Formats: sequence, structure tokens, C-alpha cells
Amino acid sequence: MISPGAAIIASLAVPLAGMVAIWLSDRSPNLREAMTLITGISLIALSIIVFLAVGEGARPGYILFTVVGGLPIAFQAEPLGAMFAVLAGVLWTVNSLYSIGYMRGHHEKHQTRFYMSFAVAISSAMGVAYAANLFTLFIFYEVLTLSTFPLVTHKGDDAARKGGRVYLGILMGTSIGLLLPAIVWVYSIAGTTDFTPGGILAAPLADAGALPMILMGLFAFGVAKAALIPVHPWLPNAMVAPTPVSAFLHAVAVVKAGVFSVLKIAVYIFGVDFLNVTGAATPFMWIAAASILLASAIAMQKDNLKARLAYSTVSQLSYVTLGAMLATSMGVMGGAMQIAAHAAGKMTLFMCAGAIYVATHKTQVSELRGLGRKMPFTFFAFFIGAMSIVGLPPLGGSWPKFLLMLGAADAGHLAIIGVLIVSSLLNVAYLLSIPVQAFYLEPAESGAKPQGSGAAAIDWRTIKEAPILCVVPPMITALFALLLFIFADPLYAYLTPIVETQ
Amino acid sequence: MNLEAQLPVLPIIVPLIAAPLTILMPSLRYGGRIPHLWATAVAFAAFAACAALLASVAAGGPISYHLGDWAPPIGIEYRIDLANALVLTLVSGIAALVMPFSYESIRSEIDARQLSLFYAAMLICMVGLLGVTITGDAFNVFVFLEISSLSTYALVALGGKEDRRALTAAFNYLVMGTIGATFFVIGLGLLYQATGTLNMADLKYHLANDNNRMVEAGFAFILVGMGLKAAMFPMHLWMPNAYAYAPSAVSAFIAATSTKVAVYVIIRFTYSVIGSDFGFAEAAFDYLLMPMAIAGMFFASIVAVFQDDLKRMLAYSSVGQIGYMLLGISFGTEQGLAASLVHLLNHGLMKGALFMAAACVMLRVGTHACGGYAGLARRMPLTAGAFIIAGLSLIGVPLTVGFISKWQLLSAAFDSGRAWAGFLIVASSLISILYIGRVVELMLLREPTEGFAAVREAPLSMLIPMWLLVAANVYFGVNTDLTVDLAERAAQALMGGGQ
Repeated sequence: MISPGAAIIASLAVPLAGMVAIWLSDRSPNLREAMTLITGISLIALSIIVFLAVGEGARPGYILFTVVGGLPIAFQAEPLGAMFAVLAGVLWTVNSLYSIGYMRGHHEKHQTRFYMSFAVAISSAMGVAYAANLFTLFIFYEVLTLSTFPLVTHKGDDAARKGGRVYLGILMGTSIGLLLPAIVWVYSIAGTTDFTPGGILAAPLADAGALPMILMGLFAFGVAKAALIPVHPWLPNAMVAPTPVSAFLHAVAVVKAGVFSVLKIAVYIFGVDFLNVTGAATPFMWIAAASILLASAIAMQKDNLKARLAYSTVSQLSYVTLGAMLATSMGVMGGAMQIAAHAAGKMTLFMCAGAIYVATHKTQVSELRGLGRKMPFTFFAFFIGAMSIVGLPPLGGSWPKFLLMLGAADAGHLAIIGVLIVSSLLNVAYLLSIPVQAFYLEPAESGAKPQGSGAAAIDWRTIKEAPILCVVPPMITALFALLLFIFADPLYAYLTPIVETQ
Repeated sequence: MNLEAQLPVLPIIVPLIAAPLTILMPSLRYGGRIPHLWATAVAFAAFAACAALLASVAAGGPISYHLGDWAPPIGIEYRIDLANALVLTLVSGIAALVMPFSYESIRSEIDARQLSLFYAAMLICMVGLLGVTITGDAFNVFVFLEISSLSTYALVALGGKEDRRALTAAFNYLVMGTIGATFFVIGLGLLYQATGTLNMADLKYHLANDNNRMVEAGFAFILVGMGLKAAMFPMHLWMPNAYAYAPSAVSAFIAATSTKVAVYVIIRFTYSVIGSDFGFAEAAFDYLLMPMAIAGMFFASIVAVFQDDLKRMLAYSSVGQIGYMLLGISFGTEQGLAASLVHLLNHGLMKGALFMAAACVMLRVGTHACGGYAGLARRMPLTAGAFIIAGLSLIGVPLTVGFISKWQLLSAAFDSGRAWAGFLIVASSLISILYIGRVVELMLLREPTEGFAAVREAPLSMLIPMWLLVAANVYFGVNTDLTVDLAERAAQALMGGGQ
């Protein structure tokens, strides 16, 4: 077994090697997909090695090289990053299975380019997860943006061009315009950008007035991958991508890299105590709260299933930002748990949306009435995913909401608890209604008013499910959502060190 | 007399002798290969000498070479420290890449009978730029400046076969360039009047406690004259047309070198002749350099967004990028100066690569209008790839030299307490996302225009130099030992009173 430090570097290198292998096996799709899966499985193994080592209290690291004086490209695993890496590795592999089903079921073009870009994206996501300083984080953050651009514009038509323009424009614009100066500013103030337990800004910025708040603002909006309103439009625009891209990148890798960065900056650059004392994060807590409600309200209006899921993602991501901005340990823990819970839940929903599209070419929510009887497995998985997003036990999504409420109470912001409750109710309205209507209403083809279905049971002879590789992966991630509820305690214990200041 | 002792004069003397010989070579026989290979060999020799100089200066400190063994301040002195060794290496390195690169491109763009004249002019242009950089004599700067400028006017005018507008562009450049040179020489005259010497170190010694109006006026003339040569906003008007209508290989060479050399001269005169303790220099920083730099960063970049001609777009982008360098100088701090030097080198690498990509497209597609780039990624993937990487470097994406430049400039801005300047820098690089992104989108996501569908990839003789430059963009974006470390030491030496 390789050492955890080497495993970190290997988890960046393996997908890149995988990319080359995918490229070389361009001629034979089966071999090519085998390469993707082999890469995925190796990646899971590597991330688990790191995960276990971190669980035992080690902080394995690896310094690649120093770029400019005192700024190394360095990696160090800590609980949050190790969790993100495992999450990304596992879900990428599941998603690769799904991609095979989707891309073949849908006869997409340029599949080799698609899998190659995916491999680069997962490599950079690993880089974000293990980054030991802001400098390294920024590098991989940008590579992630660029490597996903070909995936977003995969179709190459007018809609893809427009979506790609917004995607790249907002992500690059905010990262270069806000995040980069913020990082250099931190470096100029603190003389380092290393992620340090307890933060690095507390001492040099002890009496700096509004400066911590300005910096926090630069980070909160500069990390546009966290999709805080008003820097969220890239996410709905990215929905022009094929569904596996939306499922993995825009429910897991890209967006989670964003909120993960926000959380990491709050905890390891500012320090929870420092944020608490200065109140630097409070304005952004309210913006996150507003984001949660506004995005949910917009999601209610969307009839296009993927657009609805996208706005739901915007809303759910702000939970993590909110957790970071509450500046309490419970808030941070809630945010951290939300990263995992939302990933499993939302990926399930996206994969179901893709399965529905492959099987029926339907994209609008209003067309899905009664479809549950034809695609019961897909809609059952959708139901589980939606339940988890809403935050209903026994699913993983319930714990983060609970912790966030505790955190809000700790911070003395009772209104935030109200926001969380209202948001969950909105989620019920726009997410849970979909599987319910699919199972209990008649199809709307006749244009008649929705009617309750007379049939009592599913007629198993008329089932018309998507290809098996499109149906099984959402079932797997739905199972993850359930497991996250049951094994919440070990995960909580695992993550606790991030809020313990040394 | 051993060769090593004569090393400082080699980058000048070898091409200076070689250039006239080039004219004697046949343009038409063997497809013009003879002058091409000759010029390439000379450029490589110059590069080797410059690289050796850089190595020797980095290890052993500044070198002073007395021409004809006449001791300064009477005789002419070549004085090489880290700052100009770096610029020398850049200029000769770019020349060594452009010479082999130019063959296919230039044969398709100019009259075949002019090939040997073209290579002679390129060598003279190179020797002029190297001479400006290497010399420690203020008047010698003027002489070499005119050598390089005159040959550049001729080179730009060679584009006249492809597009007659090259002739007016060259004429414009001639008028503006001459005005710049005149200002510069007037400034020199005033300094000479004040001190009675033209050796830089000697000037500095005499000017140390001599802060009068005449010296101030002299400095102002020099700054404006060099500002014009460096295309400092708003004195950049000669540049877009000159770059756009010059033969592609010429654009690639001068865009990567000539304005950089002018910026270097500004740095050299500010720190090694006038001295940073000279109060007037500070006023010039705050009231001239900084506002003009910022105006250029925004104005020129915005104009670049609306250009239909790719080479003009790149030229306007250069005006904006010169703004970064001047801004770095205007901070008046060691870090700012180092950032400016780093960007000077880095920008040479990225603009060189971008103009080379434009030359490849010109050769195969036959246009430098943006429309010709539609669907390029599928027809000329290697050229398009080079353009994209160099473009990302221009934007300042990590793992490229552009990022290092941005980082250094931002650090300098924040450390000198000018947070607002930091935000202006990133704001203007956002504009570069627009103009680069526009072309990249054309290349990646548009279908080729009718009639351009059948073009092939550029020949290897062009791809290899271009990709070497692209590789340099990435290499120096990751390993900054050569650029940042040396630039910081150079800045330290410059700020620390001459040497």
C-alpha cells in the first residue's frame, strides 16, 4: 500500500493518466469506457487511503514545487478535504457508469473528448480537495473551470455557445476579478496563504476595521462556484450540458468545490472565532439566507426539470455558505455535512432527470404526470433524492439542516431558523410534488385537467424504463443518501477536528 | 585576447557585420534558403552570447566592457547587469525563434526578390534593439534606437505587397517614431548640457545633487520620447496599424521585443541615470506614468474588444499590457519594479506566441480578420491550441507566465498600500477575457466560413518555434527561478543606487 502522501499526488496523476489512456483508446468505445472505470476505481482506493489516514489523526501532505518565493504548490489532507475527495471519487465513478448509459443511449458525438474532459475535471477537483494553501486552491479552481468548459458546450449549438459564454464569463470573471486580489491581499497581510487551523488573519487584522468584512465579501462572491446570488447565473446556464455533466459537475464537483472553498476559507483562513468576534461574515450570512429563499422561489417557477433542479442547487449550496457565515462550530459542521448530503441527493435527482430524458425525451415537469407508472424505479430514486434534499428523515439531508438550526441558535440569529423552515417547505412544494404527481396523476397528454389515477397498482407489463446503466446509478446514490443518515455520527466525529482550534 | 573577455560585444558585432553580408546573398536561388539560414544562424549566435552573458552576470555581477579599450566616460561602455541581461536574452531569444519561423510565412507575404533585404533588415533591427539594451552610454542608446527604428519602418512597409495600407502605416510610424527619437535626443542634449558627460554612470554621479529645471526638462523629454516608442497611452496611435499591416513574422518579432526595450530604457534612465531619489521622478510617476498606465490598461483593452482584425486587436492589447509595466514602475517600489520587469519578459513570450499563431493563420487561411478564425480548432488544431494557451496566459490563468505577472503586480500593489490599483489591474484583465474569449469561441464553437474549409495545419517549421514559445509560457509559469528571482535581484540592484 502506498503512503497517504503519495496517494494524494497519485489521485491527481491517475485521472490524468486515465485521460491519456482514454485518448489512446479512442477507436474502441468499450476499451475507452473500461479506462474511465479503472481510473475511477483506483481513485476511490486512493482517496480512501487518504481518508483513513486522516481519520487516524495524520495530516499527510505533499509539496510539489515552489512557484514564486514562498508560494508552493502544496497539498495537505484534512478531514473536510478528505471527505470531499472520497465523495468526488465515489460519485465520479458512479457517474461514469451513468455517463456510459446516457451517452450511448442518446448517441452523443465527441464522446472521447467528453470522457477526457471529465478526467481532467476530476483531477482538478482532487487538487481543490487536497490544496494546502489558497494559492494551490486557486490554481486547481481555475483548471476546474476551464476543463469543464468543453463539457458545458458539448452540443456546440447556439444555446451551448450562449451558456458557455455565461459560464466562463462569470466563473473566470469573479475568480480573477475578486478571488485573485483577495488571495494576494491575504498573502500581503499575513505573508502566507496556508490553510491553518484557527486561521491566519486573526493576528494581523486584529484592529483592521472593515477590512475583514471586505475580504470576506471578496471571497464570498469571488468563489462564484458556490453560486451565491447574484453570481449564480452560470449554474442554470450550465444546464445546456448533457445530463451526466449536470449530475456530477453541477451537483457535485464544481459546485461543491465552490462551497468547500468557502468553508475552508472561513475555517482555515479567517478562523471561526475571528469571524465570530468581528462579525465580518454577518452580512454574507444574510445574503446566503436571501439566496436560499430567492433561489427556491425561482425554482418554483421553472417548468423545465433541469432548470428547477439547478435553482434548487443554488438554494442548497447557500446552506453551506450560510453554515460558514454563521461563524459557529455547529454552523460549520452543518455546512460540511450538507456538502455530502446534498451531493448524494441532488446527483440522484439529476441522474433521474437524465434517465427520464433518455427514455422519453421529456424535459418539462408538467409532462411527467403519470410517468411514475412507466418508470417506477427512476421515480422511486427521485422520491428518495427529493426527500433527502427537503431534509426528511431517514435520509442524509436531515442532519445538516438540524445542525444548521443549532448553529443559528448558537449565533443568536433566530430568523435564520425561520428561513431554514420556510425553505424546506418550498422544497416540498417544488421537488416532492414531482414524484407524487408522477405516481398519482393521469398522464396529461389529453390536455385535460390533472386527474387522480384510478389504477391502484403499477402495471408491471407497461414498464418502459431507461437503459439499465441510467437507472442503477441513481438507485446507488439514493442508497448513499440513506447511508448518510444512518452513519451520520461517525462522519460527524470524523469532521469534528476542523472546528477544534489548536 | 580571448573570446570570453570579448563576450559582451559579440551580440552586437556579429549581427552588425552579418547584416550587410546578407544583402549579398541570392534571394531567388534555392528558394531564398541561403539568407534565411544565415540569419537564423546569426540570431542563434547572438542568443548564445546573450544567454552566456546572463549566466555570467547572474553568477558574477555586472560586467563593464570598454569599446576599443577606451575607458569611460570618454569611451563607449557596454554595461551589463541583470536587468539588461534579461532583456538581451529575451530579444535575442525571440529573434532566434522568429528567424526559422519566418521562412514560410514571409515567402508568401513579400516579393521573393526582397528576401535577402528582409533578413538583413531583421538582423539590423535585432542588433539595434540589443544595442539599446546593452550599452552604458546614453547617446549610444539613441544611435541604436534609430538603427532599430529605421529598419522597423522598412520591415513594416514590406507588408505593402499584401495590403497597401502597410505603406501608410509605415509612414505614420516613421513620423511618430522620429518625433519620439527627437524628443529623446533633446532630452539627452539637456542632460549633456547640465553635466558634460554621456556615460550613464557618470551622468548619475554628476546629477546626484543637481536638481534643476534643465535636468527636469531633460528627463521629461526622455520620458515622453521613450513613452512614444513604448506605445504608452495616448502616444500609441502608430502601433495598431504598424502591427496589423506589417508582415506576420515582423509583427511577431517587434511585438515581442521593441516596445519592451523602450520600457526597459525608461527604467534604465529613471534608475541608473536620474536616480530614484530625484524628486521629479516621483512626480512623474504619480502624475504621468500612473494615470497614463491606468488609462491605457482600460482604454486600449476596451478598444481591443471591438476590433475585427486580430492583429489590431493584439496590438491594442499590447498597449494595455504596456500599461501594466508602467503601472508597476510607477509604484516606485522595488517590488513594483520587479513586477514590471517580470511582466516585460512574460509579455514578450505571450505576445510573441499569439502573433506567431496569427502568422500561421495568415499563411493557411490568408487573412488576419477575426472571421477567418471560425472553426479553426478543427482545421488547424495545433495553431488553435497554441493561440488558446497563449491567450490564457494573456488573461493570467494559473500555470502560465501571465499568472505570475498578475501575481507579482498585485502583490506589489497591495504591499505598497495601493489596494485600489490591485483591483484596477484585475478589472482590466477581465476585459482581456472578453477579447481573447471572443476569438477562442470562434475557433472552438463556430463552423468554418465557406471556402476556408479545406485549409491544412501550418508547416512544422512554424509550428515548432511557436510551440517552443508556448512551452516557455507554461514553463516560466511554473518555474520562476529564471524570471522572478533574477528580476527581483535586478530591481534590487537598480533601486540600490545604480548597481
